[in-house]
Amino acid sequence: MSLGPHLLLAIMEGTVSAFVLAVTALGLSLVFGVMRIVNVAHGEFFMLGAVLAWWLTSLVPEAPFWGFMLALAVAPLLVGTIAIVADRFVLQRLNYQPEATIVATIGLLYILQQAVLSIYGPEARPVVAPINFRIVLPWFGYSGYKLVVVGAAILLLLAAWYGVTRTRFGLIMRATQFDGEIAQAFGIPVKRVYAAVFALGAMLAAAAGVLVVPLQQAHYLMGLDPLLLSFVVVIIGGLDSLKGTIVAAFIIGLSDGIISVFFSPTLAKIIATLAVALVLVFRPNGLFGGKVR
Amino acid sequence: MTPALRARRILLLHGGLALLLLLCQFVLPDYHHTNFVSIMVLAVYALGYNLLVGYTGLLSLGHAMFFAAGLYGAGMGVHYFAWNPVVAFIAGAAAGLFLAVLVGLVALRTSGVAFMIVTMMFAQAAFLTTLYFNDVTHGDEGLTLTQAARSFALFGTVIDLTNPAIRYNLAWLLLAGALAVMLLVVLSPAGRVLIAIRENEERTRMLGYDVRRYKLAALGVSGLLSGAAGAAYVLFFGYVGSSFAAIPYSIYPLLWVLLGGVGTVAGPVIGTLLMFYLIEIARDYSSSYMIVVGAILLVLVLFFPKGIIGSWRARGQGWIP
Repeated sequence: MSLGPHLLLAIMEGTVSAFVLAVTALGLSLVFGVMRIVNVAHGEFFMLGAVLAWWLTSLVPEAPFWGFMLALAVAPLLVGTIAIVADRFVLQRLNYQPEATIVATIGLLYILQQAVLSIYGPEARPVVAPINFRIVLPWFGYSGYKLVVVGAAILLLLAAWYGVTRTRFGLIMRATQFDGEIAQAFGIPVKRVYAAVFALGAMLAAAAGVLVVPLQQAHYLMGLDPLLLSFVVVIIGGLDSLKGTIVAAFIIGLSDGIISVFFSPTLAKIIATLAVALVLVFRPNGLFGGKVR
Repeated sequence: MTPALRARRILLLHGGLALLLLLCQFVLPDYHHTNFVSIMVLAVYALGYNLLVGYTGLLSLGHAMFFAAGLYGAGMGVHYFAWNPVVAFIAGAAAGLFLAVLVGLVALRTSGVAFMIVTMMFAQAAFLTTLYFNDVTHGDEGLTLTQAARSFALFGTVIDLTNPAIRYNLAWLLLAGALAVMLLVVLSPAGRVLIAIRENEERTRMLGYDVRRYKLAALGVSGLLSGAAGAAYVLFFGYVGSSFAAIPYSIYPLLWVLLGGVGTVAGPVIGTLLMFYLIEIARDYSSSYMIVVGAILLVLVLFFPKGIIGSWRARGQGWIP
């Protein structure tokens, strides 16, 4: 393949991973923005989404399409429930103190990951895509399911945007983010808002995991990359900026795709992690973030 | 309590701990004898980590890069350039110091949660670098050092690092040295400044201390001890691979220090010993033994944040450093 088609392929692959990354990172960003905590277990919610998708689709082997729809609906709900339990019994007890919370979510990371290892096993298992068509370009074929992923991700992002900016719950959430104590004084049940936001963040990660699993197979260690890339995106995009998160997901997703195709995936990740560390040092609020109050 | 009495008690506690570890070699069966070498070397790593986390209040999530700098600095020197193990050890420790200062110059511009994420990111970049230069490091497969490369002549006698007795006593010497360094640092005026930074950075700055320099120095010594531990580990056990640079090796020292007691000198040693055996026992039962790491982290942070020695100190034993 010559350079042109090669670049096209890299951009197309990069776009798909950018959309998946945007959904995952949005979850992390919401949790950080509203609760001011860093959830290191976020990648495990992504992994749980993928693994649960494998389990749920295997319940209806004769109808892959409906099995996948079932997974898309149920897996995020189950993961959200786990998140609520974690919030109630761990994060709430720690009073959301930032450093203790990070240590606790590291603990949570290992508990979830190792529980999946012991129940689901160390194998990587494929999930059949709900639709099966190929787009044939002159240079290479392209799985049509990837377009479905992009479409579903756009829907999720739009729904999140609508939810945050146009609904009553979004208003309550933003009020809590702006000043938790004042919100409490106005009768907003801050604890329940926190639980809901933590669950919502986990559900976004789980949905991204479900979407990605037909492309990538479900494996108990698959949470690490999305976690690190989400950190990269959230930090570069500004720690509480929705728009910044999405723009950064595109920069990272595309550059990751292009560098991976032309050089090596490892080099792409090295560059991304170093970039984020430097951004954090020199522009602590991210490239697009506003001032921290 | 008079200073002399306090000094005597401190000496008794830490000297006693060191003496106990020294004497253990005569009663331990072979298997545990080797385990204790690991534990003593890893305890040095934990001590270095604690200087930063416990005494300076900077929580690093990326210390594996300094440990790995020591492992690779010493291991590649021996493997590729046939360095004398003594030279390799010094080079490994220096690599830890150098990397820590380098990272510190950038990362110390942040603090709190941002510092945790930055160190985690740098460590991940370091881990990926060991994979990327696969031709040199052999990635996950790693490098193995031969027995011949791990022995050297000192004053006419051959010292073979694969000999269990020599290995045990050298590991003990390293740990005793690290304990002494920690006590000297922590009890010195500079150590008090570090604790002041932990308790209230702004106030320490207001009092006229150059906080940046103290933090950089603490990170440097922390990196030096971590690098020394890494260098000793590769020389004693003859293997270095990418897994030593991966995230779990940044989490382990956090766990050891939390269990033993954050901001205590003896705590990390006890924490390393207990955690080593807890993981070892869990490994016998299940392949998902890392769940123990997660569960204990949760339990410690929720119910036992002061750790073993820290809780003892809180019960009216304020003399414990």
